[in-house]
Amino acid sequence: MSDIATRPAPNLLANGWVKAGLILVAVVVLAIVGAKLDGSGTLYAVLIDPFQQMVTAPDLLVQTIWEGLVSGVLYALIALGFVLIFKASGVFNFAQGIMVVFAALTLVGLHEKGVPAFLAVILTLGVMFVLAVTIERVVLRPLVNQPDIILFMATFGITYFLIGFGEAVFGGSPKQMITEQLYLPKGAIDAKILGGFVSFQKIDIAAAIIASIMIAALALFFQYTRIGRALRAVADSHKAALSVGISLNQIWVIVWFTAGIVALITGIMWGARSDVSFALEIVALKALPVLILGGFTSIPGAIVGGLIIGIGEKLGEFYWGPLIGGGIESWLAYFIALGFLLFRPQGLFGDKIIERI
Amino acid sequence: MKKTNLMKGAALGALLAAGAAVAPASAQDSVYFANNAYRTGPFSGSGIPIGDGMRDYITMINERDGGVNGVKVVYEECETGYDTKKSIECYEQAKSKNTIVYSPWSTGATLAAIPRAHIDKIPILSMAYGLSASADGTNFPWVFIPPMTYWDGASIMVRHMAAELGGMDKLKGKKLGLIHLDAPFGKEPIPVLENLAKKYGFELKLYPVAAADMQNQGSLWLSIRRDRPDYLYNQGWGAMNPTAVKEAIKNNFPINKLVGVWWAGGDDDARAGGAEAKGYKSLNFNAAGQNFPVVQDILKYVVEKGKSTTPKEKVGENLYNRGVYNSMLVVEAIRNAQKLTGKKVVNAEDMRRGLESLNVSEARLKEIGMGGFATPTTISCTDHSGHSKAYVAEWDGTKWTQKGDWLEPLKDEVRPLIEANAKDYVEKATGWPKRTEPCEKSS
Amino acid sequence: MFYREAGQYKTTYAADMAVFPIRQDRIGLAVILAIAFIGIPLIGNDFFIATVMIPFLVFSMAAIGLNILTGYTGLISLGTAAFMGVGAYSCYKLTTLFPGVNIIVLMLVSGLFSAAIGVLFGLPSLRIKGFYLAVATLAAQFFLQWCFVRVPWLFNYNASGAIEVPQRDLFGIAVTGPAALPETRYFVCLGLVVVLTWFASNLVHGRLGRSWMAVRDMDIAAELMGIKLLNTKLIAFAVSSYFAGVAGAMMIFLWYGGGEANDVFTIRLSFNILFMVIIGGLGSLIGSFFGAAFIASLPTILKFGLPALGVPLSGAAAEHVTFMLVGALIIIFLIVEPHGLARLWQIGKQKLRTWPFPY
Repeated sequence: MSDIATRPAPNLLANGWVKAGLILVAVVVLAIVGAKLDGSGTLYAVLIDPFQQMVTAPDLLVQTIWEGLVSGVLYALIALGFVLIFKASGVFNFAQGIMVVFAALTLVGLHEKGVPAFLAVILTLGVMFVLAVTIERVVLRPLVNQPDIILFMATFGITYFLIGFGEAVFGGSPKQMITEQLYLPKGAIDAKILGGFVSFQKIDIAAAIIASIMIAALALFFQYTRIGRALRAVADSHKAALSVGISLNQIWVIVWFTAGIVALITGIMWGARSDVSFALEIVALKALPVLILGGFTSIPGAIVGGLIIGIGEKLGEFYWGPLIGGGIESWLAYFIALGFLLFRPQGLFGDKIIERI
Repeated sequence: MKKTNLMKGAALGALLAAGAAVAPASAQDSVYFANNAYRTGPFSGSGIPIGDGMRDYITMINERDGGVNGVKVVYEECETGYDTKKSIECYEQAKSKNTIVYSPWSTGATLAAIPRAHIDKIPILSMAYGLSASADGTNFPWVFIPPMTYWDGASIMVRHMAAELGGMDKLKGKKLGLIHLDAPFGKEPIPVLENLAKKYGFELKLYPVAAADMQNQGSLWLSIRRDRPDYLYNQGWGAMNPTAVKEAIKNNFPINKLVGVWWAGGDDDARAGGAEAKGYKSLNFNAAGQNFPVVQDILKYVVEKGKSTTPKEKVGENLYNRGVYNSMLVVEAIRNAQKLTGKKVVNAEDMRRGLESLNVSEARLKEIGMGGFATPTTISCTDHSGHSKAYVAEWDGTKWTQKGDWLEPLKDEVRPLIEANAKDYVEKATGWPKRTEPCEKSS
Repeated sequence: MFYREAGQYKTTYAADMAVFPIRQDRIGLAVILAIAFIGIPLIGNDFFIATVMIPFLVFSMAAIGLNILTGYTGLISLGTAAFMGVGAYSCYKLTTLFPGVNIIVLMLVSGLFSAAIGVLFGLPSLRIKGFYLAVATLAAQFFLQWCFVRVPWLFNYNASGAIEVPQRDLFGIAVTGPAALPETRYFVCLGLVVVLTWFASNLVHGRLGRSWMAVRDMDIAAELMGIKLLNTKLIAFAVSSYFAGVAGAMMIFLWYGGGEANDVFTIRLSFNILFMVIIGGLGSLIGSFFGAAFIASLPTILKFGLPALGVPLSGAAAEHVTFMLVGALIIIFLIVEPHGLARLWQIGKQKLRTWPFPY
């Protein structure tokens, strides 16, 4: 039994397969570049023009970065839900996306039934708690000690169930988020700077602030409370935590409930940006590149990853997207994450993967 | 174990065979009409009002008139969730139950059903969606796309732009942006807009939205801010529309220059923008509101009698009324088919004839309580769309109102494109059946 | 009682190592094949064959492909749908470029294109493992899906952006295109699935399969034993994508019959196939079939079967109930047997061996 964490990375280039692959990639890239090489000069369009645009229209650059920042924060919020659960129970929670929808729908649905807004928030939190307890009882407890992939699969079952249940209860039609009733600000601040204007949406600012507060609160919770310490213990080792008398079941309920709270806040924010419907579930997929970038187990990773992905994809789409027809946002994030992963296979902040034989 | 497995298989087979064999009860004095609905899934926001409108109109005909000339219309919804896989299942079910007309309700489902329908001899009624080229009746005898195609819509958009600017010659040098879903549905208007841009000298800018980014359009609207298009045409669907309206407001794009295709004209789409969405426009070919005898009849015979799940205040919404319009086309086609064949209970082949010579005139619209609800539509043997008029509707903060006149599409531009594309389609699909169905004399 | 191997003596090593060493198993296989080839076309109607059996076969093929990668080699991939798409588009391009070539040959060839793309996107698997790799394969999923919409060459510049499946005949019978009967399409699917399953079975029972499993169980140990990780993993990607590609071509040509293909090969499909593999049983070929039946066919059967049995459910409500039921069943099955339906099958066989006198 020897620790081979310090094993040097194999010289990949020594292998014929890798060489062939790299050559293939290079050929593909060259072909794409070559196909676009016409009178206007592709290299110019790729390498120089975007930066010129940044200099000549700095207001748009600032706006792009701001947009990236805000969506980065929102991605980070979804990723946070994943991280919390993965850290404490090793479950890759596929259901986080539908939990976002479910929480937001419950809130709006309750308000539609005539419940005052803040009471609805509290009731929604109650529902999320019940959900956490139910998931722990019905799904996690019988599946304790199963391989990760089985638990992952189980969360897919939860997703299916929640889709059916949510639609049966609240109906499928999109709903308006109750932003005013929750005293979330509306409108925008238009700052005239740099020869143009940059518009900061108040709701985006609020989202950034609320997300920061929540992350800080979570950090404090993890660092200084008894439950927080127990959570960290569970994250380190289930068995060791059990042996010092920490109740895994209780911890799991707490973690899933926390993820539920995060889901509710995410739902409110995304819902305010467009509306609350089952289509929101797709947005949750955007959290996946954030996760691999930041590492599955790191809360700071989720935040930094979110910001890198958010800003990176917005800049990429805005300045380079039009060169190949736009709409590259859907996959750019994954390539950014993939690029980082090739150098740090465990993500930026993830726990170092130590393999023993 | 092997044995039980075998038995299970047999039981399963029997069960499914039974499932498919349960035909509509007593087909003596009823016709079966299968409609794909999507009351679940990400697009259910549009699917629910449409489905409600379609169902309620048919129920009203059955309740008030006892059916079409005494023949009850058995209306059945097959839930697709806007998923092509499920809609193919629904098609198979509709086929096995001998539907008289198939209503696919998604571009993907229409594209998948078109080749089959020509073999199975089931008419497809894709009301203002689906494959634009299928308006060519010579090559697509079994597909109907009244009252207009997406290409007509795009040309009406250009006409609207010209009308606001003060004439077709004023289009020169202007910029039109097209926000579209990055899928066949969204890309539909591109060829016709490209042609028109060339002809009238305006610039066309494309802003694709990937399906996964429907609610995440930040960078796209930044590009719009950079390019400063004069007008925006939104070929959007589902959650993409409210997001677009909100983003337009956010980015200070003049909301009255943003015009949606008719599917971007749901009440929920505009409502998302709040008070600032006032002035958001969309193309439309049916009127919204409850002030029509037909809608009043639905309220009286169906909704108030508790025969529908539609909440009363939702009756008369834009998409609801569009569903009503679609069902009206079906009912009128049945009537026409009855007249042509002299039979009471028509089948799919009769229905094709009925649709092909459908003529919903002004007088007829008045008769069925739809005066001012829509414009007359005439389908002919070659023209399966009618290329009818549409108007630009404006959101006044609470409801859709008509703004401006009914505009006719630029048929001279659209028609050649349709014929060229239909020819292209038929040539690529080897073995495409030649039209053998005779033409009706238009009534 | 019936399922005993008593009295079946193995005299050679080869006989002992056979894939189906027990005579009853071989008979059972023959019975299943007979049902598939003769029984189902005889008793099933068009509706059953077109909406249940053909999708089942297509998904089984895709699930076998992913099972080779995930179940046998331990690499999770969420890009299966994209690789299926590569197969479908290659087949479309090939058949329009070479209309004279037999369509079944083209389907088999189009898998090769998919395999090549699979190898390309499999390269990161050398550095990245587990769920990290799964998300890395999402890059393939989203990038390829974007290509399906954005590269008009792929769909022959059709204005609709959709693939239109042309009619192709075999011995004068239409195999693809709208005129092809469900039975014909079913037989072609079945033939492809049977042949390729046999191929897969030979692969996983051979040297290659063993090295895959060694890599799955512990790649460092496998490397120390002299298994070349790079080659093994990339071959797994290639074979897996090959199956996915053929499944994709089958899906568009034999099942959908054309249409909006970019709308088909979505992330949701990738997930579904992964779940078929997990529910069916990782590292089991028969499990792939069970998984496909469970995830793909069960919702359909519930949707159309329940109303036929007189359960008064319709439209949206039925859809909701189906969703909830499938979700609950997934969880229940995982709790009862986390190793998948294949393990349940094995347990059942074991019980049957000792029935009626269990010890």
